[in-house]
Amino acid sequence: MEKQMMETLEGIYQKCEANGDNLITVLQEVQHEFGYIQEEVVNWFSERTNIPASKYYGVITFYSQFHQNPRGKNIVTVCCGTVCHVKGAPRIIAKVREDLKLKEDQDTTRDMLFTMERVNCVGACSIAPVVLVNDKVLGKVSPASMVKSLKEYKE
Amino acid sequence: MSNEIVVNVCMGTGGIAAGGSQVMEAFISELEAAGVENATVKEKCRLHKVGCRGFCARDVLVDITINGNVSTYQYIQADMVPKLVKEHVVGGKPVSDWLVGEDYHTFHDNQTKIVLADLGKIDPESIDEYLAVDGYKAAQKVLDTMSPADVIQTIKDSGLRGRGGGGFPTGVKWSFCAANDSDQYYIICNADEGDPGAFMDRSIIEGNPHAVIEGMIIGAYAIGASVGYIYIRAEYPLAVDRLNMALKQAKEKGYLGENLFGSGFNLQIKVKLGAGAFVCGEETALIASIEGERGMPRAKPPFPANKGLWGKPTIINNVETFANIPQILNKGADWFASIGSEKSKGTKVIALTGKIRNTGLIEIPMGMPLKDIIFNVGGGIEGDKLFKAVQTGGPSGGCIPQQHIDLPVDYEGLASVGSMMGSGGMVVLDETDCMVNISKFFLEFTQAESCGKCVPCRLGTKRLLEILTRIVDGEGREGDIELLQELAEDVRDSSLCGLGMSAPNPVLSTIKYFRHEYEAHIKQKKCPSKVCNKLLTFFIREDMCIGCGMCARACSVKAISGQVKQPHKIDNSVCIKCGACFDACKFSAVLKE
Repeated sequence: MEKQMMETLEGIYQKCEANGDNLITVLQEVQHEFGYIQEEVVNWFSERTNIPASKYYGVITFYSQFHQNPRGKNIVTVCCGTVCHVKGAPRIIAKVREDLKLKEDQDTTRDMLFTMERVNCVGACSIAPVVLVNDKVLGKVSPASMVKSLKEYKE
Repeated sequence: MSNEIVVNVCMGTGGIAAGGSQVMEAFISELEAAGVENATVKEKCRLHKVGCRGFCARDVLVDITINGNVSTYQYIQADMVPKLVKEHVVGGKPVSDWLVGEDYHTFHDNQTKIVLADLGKIDPESIDEYLAVDGYKAAQKVLDTMSPADVIQTIKDSGLRGRGGGGFPTGVKWSFCAANDSDQYYIICNADEGDPGAFMDRSIIEGNPHAVIEGMIIGAYAIGASVGYIYIRAEYPLAVDRLNMALKQAKEKGYLGENLFGSGFNLQIKVKLGAGAFVCGEETALIASIEGERGMPRAKPPFPANKGLWGKPTIINNVETFANIPQILNKGADWFASIGSEKSKGTKVIALTGKIRNTGLIEIPMGMPLKDIIFNVGGGIEGDKLFKAVQTGGPSGGCIPQQHIDLPVDYEGLASVGSMMGSGGMVVLDETDCMVNISKFFLEFTQAESCGKCVPCRLGTKRLLEILTRIVDGEGREGDIELLQELAEDVRDSSLCGLGMSAPNPVLSTIKYFRHEYEAHIKQKKCPSKVCNKLLTFFIREDMCIGCGMCARACSVKAISGQVKQPHKIDNSVCIKCGACFDACKFSAVLKE
């Protein structure tokens, strides 16, 4: 592990230790810093805190917010709430996957430009179906409008 | 105040998604440029951002008030702002074309607002505005003049029941907790609103965060807690920001921290971000998550009121429950108990969504008939479609059909037809929605969110989903309905926590009221609502097809053939029924049957 990375991890450790934060907060901080949670980071924390790595993995795999693989530059989040579902979210997912050329078990494009995710509900049901591209909320989308919206992120 | 001009812009998540920030920026720059009566507008005009005002379908909503006369505008976009400023703010004449219509008023007039009363009126980012509407008066009164027992008695007398789903009487819960002898008590606000189709808690926190904090102060005093937590979904960034801001302001004013209101009572409140697990809405799972563990529920008893966070007596209430508390103490238990139905007092905030005209956030007195909610407040079904059912209570609730449309909406009423209040999401479905598909949708959700601790929920939901999947795929078998019912009842009766106990509700209620749709899928291999693609046949109407070739390009298996400018054809022996051609056709020439 590089020295700089170790310093970053030590910083997170010290901060969380001082605040009395729990394991979830530690992992949230790690993910905020690196975008995902690498194996070597878990091992480093495991040694530093004397908590078995299995305990970290138990938490990481339980919560959907934690990622163990690097994610794309742009995150396309399709809302799959009830209203979005009845207003066509499944067709939007199919179109986005086709447009991004994602294979069945794949959520991130090979060029690391996009990751497609689903979210249970963003609570913007009045403008369903809803898709988030990074932090931008797109309302009343259609399969065709999604293809158009994604175009500007491809350049 | 009388000569003042006030501009309110809706800046809830709905408002922002519809372009609220751009509208706000446009107002800032336009007001800067304009002038009124020899003064710059900036001196005379107050520009406000306000929280959700309910009618999200009409966003961005803007209020312009001059000398106390309020004009409300709907569907406002940034490019419309210059005209509003020029003609109304400066010129004094409302732009009549953009004003809200009669239906905006019927939407509001049929509601009773307690929790939502100040939403859309005050700036959620300013504690002074909350103070101007009697904010923190209840907390001050409680700490100055009431004993914890008095507070609990008042809440008991009001008849307030938990708004998070279970409907347990809040005052009784508090008294259970206070009865413990302990060196430490905790109070937790559950803002882990995970139900798809629900945004009540988010809107309340975004629109009036101080009301929730004040409710927590009162609750903490009643049970003797000096530490509180607000457990909120990380998917609600705006709500989290406004909450943190409100906590900071309250602390600066001395309403949080040490020696609150000079009474000697201490309370600190911390925010805990959820990490994306629906089951953490369950009390014991939420506690495990705050402790940094996997959010798995445990068997009750002991209840959290006796043994909760870190093993200490803990009260967990929902956002809306807390937001009711200050009002009850300000206006009295009798006032609160006079609203609502016999066993369910007060109001309920509901996220009214789906195939309905007036989508948005509403607040109605408990016991209002379902019919009035949908057709008066909601304005009826979108388009010219027929009402089919209303889904209440999210994945834990059920679907209520036409025949029960007169049902009073309160805890008992909804439970009597196999649904539940849940946190208050209400999704209206019309004739084009397939009930088997809806049932499968919810099972996909609960199956994915099952924590896996107990067998009935972990395996039962999986098997239920398998059966439902084969039914919508056209592979349903004779006896599947009975099998679903039997399994669903077993899962309901033997699961460890509320998630598993209520997960079968969507299946059981749709079978009960829409059995014929299940039968059509299984026996005739047809989807009457034309939703389940695998049971449909796609074809092209020759008289409608102009031969543009869009469908052929969309088809991934090359099942569509035809010459340019000639009607195309679908080869059904090749078609995989994905529906891409149906979406691609701009001339409604692709049909499904």
